[in-house]
Amino acid sequence: MIAGRTDLPVLLPFRPGARSAGARRPGRGHALALVSGLVLSIGIGDALAAPGVPSILATLVKWTPLLATGFLLNIAISFIAMAIGTALGTLLGLMQISLFRPVRGFSWAMTQFFRNAPWLVLLFYCMLLLPFEMPIGQAIVPLPAWLKATFGLSLAVMANVSELVRGAVLSIPSGQWESSEALAFSRRQTLWMIILPQCVKRMLPPWMNLYAILVVGTALASIVGVNEAMTLTGDVLAAESRTELLVPMYLYLLLWFFAYCYPIARATVALERRFQVR
Amino acid sequence: MGDSQKQAMDLHPVWEWFRWLHEATGIKLTIFYDAFDRARFWNGFLTSVRLMAICVAASVAIGVIGAWAQGARLRLLRLAMQGYIQFFRNTPPLVQLYFFYFALGSYLRMTTETGLSVPLVSNFAWAVIGLSLYAGAFNVEIFRAGIEAVPRETVEAAEALGYSRLKAYVFVILPLAFRISLPALNNNLVNLIKTTTVAYAIAVPEMLYVANQIWSDELNVPEMMNTLLIIYVGLVGVLVYAMTRWERAMRIPGYAPS
Repeated sequence: MIAGRTDLPVLLPFRPGARSAGARRPGRGHALALVSGLVLSIGIGDALAAPGVPSILATLVKWTPLLATGFLLNIAISFIAMAIGTALGTLLGLMQISLFRPVRGFSWAMTQFFRNAPWLVLLFYCMLLLPFEMPIGQAIVPLPAWLKATFGLSLAVMANVSELVRGAVLSIPSGQWESSEALAFSRRQTLWMIILPQCVKRMLPPWMNLYAILVVGTALASIVGVNEAMTLTGDVLAAESRTELLVPMYLYLLLWFFAYCYPIARATVALERRFQVR
Repeated sequence: MGDSQKQAMDLHPVWEWFRWLHEATGIKLTIFYDAFDRARFWNGFLTSVRLMAICVAASVAIGVIGAWAQGARLRLLRLAMQGYIQFFRNTPPLVQLYFFYFALGSYLRMTTETGLSVPLVSNFAWAVIGLSLYAGAFNVEIFRAGIEAVPRETVEAAEALGYSRLKAYVFVILPLAFRISLPALNNNLVNLIKTTTVAYAIAVPEMLYVANQIWSDELNVPEMMNTLLIIYVGLVGVLVYAMTRWERAMRIPGYAPS
């Protein structure tokens, strides 16, 4: 049969969606591959280890509760930074489409500045330039390191959300604006009741994508001395001081992040496909 | 010799103005009037730029090759590519770098004649490898999206003309896909430039690392931080400007893929 010998698509039997089958199929094997890498490295590490020390698996299990607390801090930082960043970013994004030129210019400059500054530099900025405690009224509120790091990260989130909002509003067909104007909606009403509800749907996938990037970014807080999962992993490695532990331990930490971010990434792709306008 | 003499004299009025600025207002920009700080900051700047340039080139190359591999007929290759992309996209670049530098680096060592154990791969090289792989994973996806946006008729026309898969990719699909993916690529490269600061964590003497040394010595944190922010925003601006120019130069008049 010709179809068996050729790779010319014209001669192949028609199969709908055949072209993208390989690349698009949801891979259940990724996490499995990572886990098997971990298992393999544990095996190699155990083989290299000096006799008499506890096995690597036992060591990983021993430190898991500690790592879990560290990872919880990562999640907490990401939640708070996302909340602050989204609130401020939405405001900034709406300012970017303001009719008043100075407001537009100011918010554009803010957005570009914080979007183009490296996250790590922003983190250092907040860590070193914010005070360790702040007087609010009568009370003195302490600002722990992790909170300052959260502010630093939320600045970056803010700028990205601002661009998302601007892009989403601009992507709404101008007919929506015109018809609501014809129906005598004021500008504010148009924005709140017609434009923004449609934007939410468009913004959701990129917003989730940003969240996944933020979670991955929280590991940066370890550089500025926050006791999150990465820092604790370093501490554990220092406490154990066994070189054969290095590869399994880092892989283990990578697996934690992967297990959290990968479902988000998959959900984002699924949502994107669902909202896709054909 | 001439260079060091010039640095020792250090009397150019522009530099002296910064010394005056410090004395008059307290704004302490030692990187301009102190020869030692200026030299090390300049070296840090050069290291950063070199790191950025190499990583940008390498990650684009990874993206082009990876996007081709994703459409390969070999199932194992496709799966491996998918695994690579998902792994690097969903884990922190910082932890990846640590993994490369501390974990893998601890095995890749060699002993010199003097009996010293030295790393086989320097920290700069690890930073290049780690960051290129990280950004490359995103680039593969970007190019794949671009390739899928190339009209099918064009690909079929190339096949009808007898192009092999590789030739069709190189001469027909890639040139078109590249133009489609440029805006997304632009975004990712900006991200890569910003992520190069992570190399700080494995002690690559790039700009942030050097700035940290300087502000520890001179106690001028706000000045150095603002300088850093301005320089990075400037560097990103240069990249964005170059990419937009390139995008305009590569535009095919009248060709707008739907």
